[in-house]
Amino acid sequence: MTKVLVWAEHDNATLKEATLHAVTAGAQLGGVTLLVAGAGVAAVAEAAKQVAGVDAVLVADDAAYGAALAENVAPLIVQLLGDFDAFVAPATSHGKNIAPRVAALLDVAQISDILTVEGPKTFTRPIYAGNAIATVESTDAKLVITARTTGFAKAAATGGSAAVSPVSGAGDAGLSSFVGAEVAASERPELTSARVVVSGGRALKDAETFASTIYPLADKLGAGVGASRAAVDAGYVPNDYQVGQTGKIVAPEVYIAVGISGAIQHLAGMKDSKTIIAINKDEDAPIFQIADLGLVADLYTAVPELVSKL
Amino acid sequence: MKILVPVKRVIDYNVRPRVKQDGTGVDLANVKMSMNPFDEIAVEEAVRLKEKGVATEVIAVSIGVAKAADTLRTALAMGADRAILVQTEETVEPLAVAKILKAIAAEEEPGLIVLGKQAIDDDSNQTGQMLAALWGRPQGTFASKVEVEGDINGGAVLVTREVDGGLETVKLSLPAVVTTDLRLNEPRFASLPNIMKAKSKPLAQKTPEDYGVDIAPRLKVLKVAEPAGRAAGVKVESVDALVAKLKELGVA
Repeated sequence: MTKVLVWAEHDNATLKEATLHAVTAGAQLGGVTLLVAGAGVAAVAEAAKQVAGVDAVLVADDAAYGAALAENVAPLIVQLLGDFDAFVAPATSHGKNIAPRVAALLDVAQISDILTVEGPKTFTRPIYAGNAIATVESTDAKLVITARTTGFAKAAATGGSAAVSPVSGAGDAGLSSFVGAEVAASERPELTSARVVVSGGRALKDAETFASTIYPLADKLGAGVGASRAAVDAGYVPNDYQVGQTGKIVAPEVYIAVGISGAIQHLAGMKDSKTIIAINKDEDAPIFQIADLGLVADLYTAVPELVSKL
Repeated sequence: MKILVPVKRVIDYNVRPRVKQDGTGVDLANVKMSMNPFDEIAVEEAVRLKEKGVATEVIAVSIGVAKAADTLRTALAMGADRAILVQTEETVEPLAVAKILKAIAAEEEPGLIVLGKQAIDDDSNQTGQMLAALWGRPQGTFASKVEVEGDINGGAVLVTREVDGGLETVKLSLPAVVTTDLRLNEPRFASLPNIMKAKSKPLAQKTPEDYGVDIAPRLKVLKVAEPAGRAAGVKVESVDALVAKLKELGVA
């Protein structure tokens, strides 16, 4: 049976939901072993072994893996892959940083952002900002894949009871070090896993207007907040709010685009949402071509009215 | 130190790609092509590092069809000093591109290689990471800020990276590979005099064979299809209708 090593996405304290999506992708190829690499990750390992459908958990607990530096974790993964046929990581910033380094060290192609598993070595993936879907077949001995989280359902976080075993690698490669992080604080649901997302565009004018218009609506709906690239570039919100080809890919049940025209770049990040609602005063805006529900109105009157009536 | 900047000729980002009827790919005949937007940012950053006195020479490289020379001329007009075109009519996958770039790096010994984080045609986001792996050097992917300390001998580069939860900063020993994110800088437009000057800058012609790299693809593209279309939506007349719909959807 095909043996699949799946990268567990975590912050050294909690297992991230992206892992659960990657487990589903990995399980479509074969038996899944989760790799928890980090520093002080006992709690993450505990959560990992309970994930349904996971056969085993490997834990590499070493200060060198704490920041998931690709220079340090890629050799560890390559070493472990001697016993596996495939490596699957969620297409998160860690996954995208690490997987190609692993693939090159193994001299195999890497397959980015897969949407579906079509066969043992056949996958679909989006190209040209999601304007085309390619079906590709690997000819390599080992597979190295990143999986688009919105393409695969979440595995159940509980119900499993996998055996946990420690592993160790070469540790610090001595090429890079972690200096620091600036985490954007948010009380709202995480953008990529929220059931409802409210996004704002350039029409919001400035940071204050964005906050006073979009946040009350998001809070009423318990929604995550997103933004178009124009809104991020104009400084209304931090860059990790960006939805699009160059930002985050989301597929919530309901996506509400407020004051967003609907450029190709933005659509690439949200057009797989179940229901798309657009509020825009320009009735010819491209966003209306993909919106299930459109309201042609000035957002400054429509959004507050919407908030008051919810 | 030298800085190497790989650039790719891709469909212009404003063009809506059309899938070919026979499902073999995207129709690129008579379509406007440009430099990949992330690569423009890479060229700009390299030129800025030269203007600051960090870099002594900026070398632009492109791998692809003869027309990729136009993309290299654009890089030269933005301020690169010379260019290398590795010409082939075949599609070259990120792994093979990384191998060719590694061979060029072995010849040129750059202190930094700055690439775009992804090309907007294949959306792979792999080449920089693969190059760093093959070259045995550290990688600073998705960079929004780059600060070089010291030189290729014992120096380092501080790279602020755009990651899922915000920003993180890593310190990489030189030589290193950096891939650019959108917010790293605002690329300059090439002025007409600089476009004229770029025509006389050196552009070396090479082939993948010159570097001993096998570019045979590892992935077979079985089919390229249009994404599933969305059913036409409806417009509602009022906020009340929208509220009713949100209630129906169970989100309000």
